[in-house]
Amino acid sequence: MPDTMLFAMEAALNGLTAGVMYALVALGFVLIFKASGIFNFAQGVMALFAALTLVGLQSGQIPFAHLINAVFGTRVHHFGFTLPTLVAIAGTVVVMVAFAWLVERFIFRHLVNQEPIILFMATIGLAYFLEGLGDIMWGAEVKRLDVGIPQGMSGAVDELTFAWFGYGFYIDTLELWAALIAGILVISLVLFSQYTKQGRALRAVADDHQAALSVGISLRFIWVLVWSLAGIVALVAGMMWGAKSGVQFSLSLIALKALPVLILGGFTSIPGAIVGGLIIGVGEKLFDFFMQPIVGGATENWFAYMLALVFLLFRPQGLFGEKIIERV
Amino acid sequence: MLDIQPEGYVTADGRKIGSVLMEMKNITLRFGGVVAIKDISFDIREGEIRAIIGPNGAGKSSMLNVISGFYHPQEGEVWYKGERRPRMRPFEVARQGIARTFQNIALFEGMSVLDNIMTGRLNQMKSGFLSQALWWGPAAREEAEHREKVEKVIDFLEIQHIRKTPVARLPYGLKKRVELARALAAEPSILLLDEPMAGMNVEEKEDMCRFILDVNDEFGTTTVLIEHDMGVVMDLSDRVVVMDYGKKIGDGSPNEVRNNEEVIKAYLGVSHD
Repeated sequence: MPDTMLFAMEAALNGLTAGVMYALVALGFVLIFKASGIFNFAQGVMALFAALTLVGLQSGQIPFAHLINAVFGTRVHHFGFTLPTLVAIAGTVVVMVAFAWLVERFIFRHLVNQEPIILFMATIGLAYFLEGLGDIMWGAEVKRLDVGIPQGMSGAVDELTFAWFGYGFYIDTLELWAALIAGILVISLVLFSQYTKQGRALRAVADDHQAALSVGISLRFIWVLVWSLAGIVALVAGMMWGAKSGVQFSLSLIALKALPVLILGGFTSIPGAIVGGLIIGVGEKLFDFFMQPIVGGATENWFAYMLALVFLLFRPQGLFGEKIIERV
Repeated sequence: MLDIQPEGYVTADGRKIGSVLMEMKNITLRFGGVVAIKDISFDIREGEIRAIIGPNGAGKSSMLNVISGFYHPQEGEVWYKGERRPRMRPFEVARQGIARTFQNIALFEGMSVLDNIMTGRLNQMKSGFLSQALWWGPAAREEAEHREKVEKVIDFLEIQHIRKTPVARLPYGLKKRVELARALAAEPSILLLDEPMAGMNVEEKEDMCRFILDVNDEFGTTTVLIEHDMGVVMDLSDRVVVMDYGKKIGDGSPNEVRNNEEVIKAYLGVSHD
């Protein structure tokens, strides 16, 4: 096999694992958009906030330590113990569920029946609020997140591909894990929504609010549920991205990468988010690989958006979105 | 003339109707300056088919929305099963056993017929959130039980052939039937039907009539329905409330109502000379 083909395959594989990460972020958007028609601008910041909380709990940091010190003149920073990763993750889930409840109680309950643009603006405000809250609670410095997943080149993949092609592929173990975890997450989400009482209620609300009320579904409960799920998805995304490149403000910008994924996959489709993420991941790696000699690299920054533009021109509802048919 | 006693009455065709299940007392509903319902009282008795009729804009649908908790009257009380009902949200009313259908069909278009009807049983499902999420313990057994009940409703309404079809693909008449099925799946104490036959052809109307009567016969379901088609109303219902401009102008058996002068005026109009 010619070398170029091998290199391209390696790039594509790396693209697949990166695509899974994009899909993970996009998934959070889709969940909330489907159930409530809200485009949640705060999804990226939720991932950042979840990752910050995870690190904070893990290392036994005292929340609001800087604020407490400034007000009371104390010098507290740590509780003096660290928590096992699984306990910290469970704690973060609790925090994200509480966050979901607060968001419903104090923001969206008062905005029922408002225009989508108003709900969208509310989520922008929420994003800035949450960003600031994260800083005050846990501090603004870059943090290292270690959830016990090994990092660096995967030896198994290297050996396997070397045995097959005489050339070892470089794939990060962390990304393989991320792909696996994302896969499990998606499968359990699909099973949940297809086969459980709450899942059915969730789909019912996504379809028709009035009808859902008439069969006895509490919209408030479903909204809290859906924001909690989005919070958990955000936690997984924040955990993976945080482990890869540190927990810092730029983590919240992954939400921007999710936009083209959503345009490709359709805003209302969970499989769409996955396939869209994979296409963008593989697409940008391969495009970069083949175009590098011509344009000199750095295409990864804009390829996804360009692809999204092409889709907007020719298939605005995305690959899996509901086709908009207007009856005249 | 119907001889109505506290414990019930016997209809013209010899069916026995029970005691009062729900009572509306002096209901007044306003939207800003517009009075949609003006001081209306009537009762609904166990096992009866009660119709609310009236010209367009008479306030019939508003009345149904008051019963199902979508609207809250400014004045008056709703009594249900002998107790005064506090102000409730629609989903709480549904959980009390009041199921409804809508004038302009509110089904979950993206879901299959079966899933739609299953949502009707959400309130009967008792297993907890965690058990559901993990699909463990009582949840799986419960699902099977509810499926059985739902299959019965499906059989009853003769929609076996479309069980797996997404609702969006169904013709109008069948959608109405699926909506009725979803309401029935909840095993309601009161079934509210908002114009169940609107926009149907003669054949579909006949089918729907038969189903409403059969449901009442088979399960003894108390039914409140709004309908425009006078022929249908007179055939179906045991007692009729007639509304006009938000006021009650008649209440009684179909025969009484038919001969009521005010009702004739409201429907046929009078010459103003």
